[in-house]
Amino acid sequence: MASLLLDNVTKIYRPRGKAPVEAVKRVTLDVKDGEIVALLGSSGCGKTSMLRMIAGFEDVTEGAIKIDGKEIHRLAPAERDVAMAFEGYSLYPPLKVRENIGFALLRQRGAGADIEARVKEVASLLEIGDILDRYPSLISAGQQQRTSLARALIRRAPVSLLDEPMSQLEPQLRAILRARLKDYLIAHKMTTVFVTHDQTEAVALADRIAVMEKGELQQFGTPDEIKTSPTNLFVASFIGEPPMNIFAGEVSPVSGGVAVRGFGPDGTSAFALKAPGLELDASRRVQIGIRPHLIRTGTGASDATGRVITNHWLGDQSHISFDIGGCTVVGVTDQPIAARAGDALPVGFPLRAIHLFDPETGNALAHGLDRAP
Amino acid sequence: MERVSTLERAIRTVLIVLVLVFFLFPIFWIVLMSFQNNDQILRIPPSILFEPTLANYTTLLTGKLQTTAGNLDIAFLKNLGNSLLLSTGSVILSLILGVPAAYAFARFKFRLGENIAFTLLSFRFAPPLLVLLPLSLYFKQLGLTDSYFGLIWIYQLICLPLILWIVRGYFEDVSPDIEHAYRVAGHSWWTTFRKIAIPLARPGIAAAGLLAFIFAWNNFVFALILASADKQPVTVGALAFVTASGIQYGQIAAAIVLSVMPTLLLALYAQRYLVEGLSLGAVKG
Repeated sequence: MASLLLDNVTKIYRPRGKAPVEAVKRVTLDVKDGEIVALLGSSGCGKTSMLRMIAGFEDVTEGAIKIDGKEIHRLAPAERDVAMAFEGYSLYPPLKVRENIGFALLRQRGAGADIEARVKEVASLLEIGDILDRYPSLISAGQQQRTSLARALIRRAPVSLLDEPMSQLEPQLRAILRARLKDYLIAHKMTTVFVTHDQTEAVALADRIAVMEKGELQQFGTPDEIKTSPTNLFVASFIGEPPMNIFAGEVSPVSGGVAVRGFGPDGTSAFALKAPGLELDASRRVQIGIRPHLIRTGTGASDATGRVITNHWLGDQSHISFDIGGCTVVGVTDQPIAARAGDALPVGFPLRAIHLFDPETGNALAHGLDRAP
Repeated sequence: MERVSTLERAIRTVLIVLVLVFFLFPIFWIVLMSFQNNDQILRIPPSILFEPTLANYTTLLTGKLQTTAGNLDIAFLKNLGNSLLLSTGSVILSLILGVPAAYAFARFKFRLGENIAFTLLSFRFAPPLLVLLPLSLYFKQLGLTDSYFGLIWIYQLICLPLILWIVRGYFEDVSPDIEHAYRVAGHSWWTTFRKIAIPLARPGIAAAGLLAFIFAWNNFVFALILASADKQPVTVGALAFVTASGIQYGQIAAAIVLSVMPTLLLALYAQRYLVEGLSLGAVKG
């Protein structure tokens, strides 16, 4: 219902008697009207600080925050017209669940019957219809979290901020609610920023994901962009389960072009892949990243021979780790593989699985070597 | 197993009885004294068998004290009223000043914040006698001697630190995000303070207020020096029973019973808050 712009926002905490902490560093984030954006990062990366600055509980040290082009970062929280679900739920203890949810609407012009209907709607959406008449202290953490989420969703505010909205829910319920939540947000065209450290949740819910680390925005793009073209080593290794395999290596000249050569821990060549279209200086040092899901094994794979270290069938996929010339490589197959530890298997690295990064800066040099750069 | 628990229960009962006797016997004895005349009180050996008299209470309520040396006017009811006025006034004033201050100390970290809070607490460290002399000089200069206003002001030394520190612990227990949730729903800071912060800290505020009331009520030395007979509370008023013809133990006992009554009733009524408030608020500092 509104667009949100964070323009070069910096947040510095100055604890008394300690060195100042730069929690958010010059982050620019342009959230379109009706867009759902995930702030993804590990603990302490500044994502919650960003949310609290948008809501108005923390000052913005530098930069500006605008909703629909209007600067709001100096307004009181009440004047910003944002809704927020808190990580610690923060329900009002003396009020029943029903009142906690409906409470936010009392301020808006609206008849009582309308409030009642909307409470029912959002409660059934989040599966808390049966606990509406209980008090927050008597319900489980998961129910408290859904109540807190319901309190934010019911307002259909121009900008909704959700801090770890589903962290306490059991996996099955989380999967169901994720889909419902997304439908609800789209149906009401709600501009939403949510914080999570669960990448499945980020990928499933968000139109775009902002990956953060140490207060800096690493990449802001669609889930697909982040997966297929990570801008740097951090994003590459942070996104994906199991994480991307990363090795030291170099680009070396071979007859008819260049090859990417991966090194084992002792510095000897572990494997080499011809990359005809790669336009990088020969003998340049690189970090090689390989997505586990794209690694192939068995017949038709011939890039290297791997000795199986472990082989786990997880019910829908196999995680196999290989030793290739001293490097440990993890691969994922969607069929069980009959191989025991110690067996030798041919391993294939399709060129589109390969990402190259600069070893010093960590910035991406090339993605998917089958594409001409 | 059974024997141990029986023994344990017996020991526990004995200990509880001992504690109760220790604390309640003086009150019991005072109540008995208040129904006796001076001769009965002073006889040796003392006995709990006597013919009760209401003379002590009549004396207090009529304000006419008859002694062998003549008739004396005593202003016990006036003293009781003074006590009520001074204690209530100072507690209300302390709540108005102390609760917002406690909130500020709990929620905001500001320059010298801890120092100010500690300074306020340190008012309780100083022996009253130490500050009395300078205080009485200042009071003379300011014309505050023998005024309710001045006394209530001084009673802040007793009430304010107590309320500030107990209530502060309570505010710290409440997650600031509950207030944030209320503010983000479109309410101002002031509404949030009134509608969310204060109600959630109410048990602490009640306990602190009650405790401050008891402390103010029991104060003796400030009123003794800074007020004349007209403005004195019961603690000081009881001195009137030390007369030229002897100490009027019966009337003193009756006066004690009457003056303990308000705080005792208040404490019994709010006992739940008091225990909860002190154990919760005081432990967290």
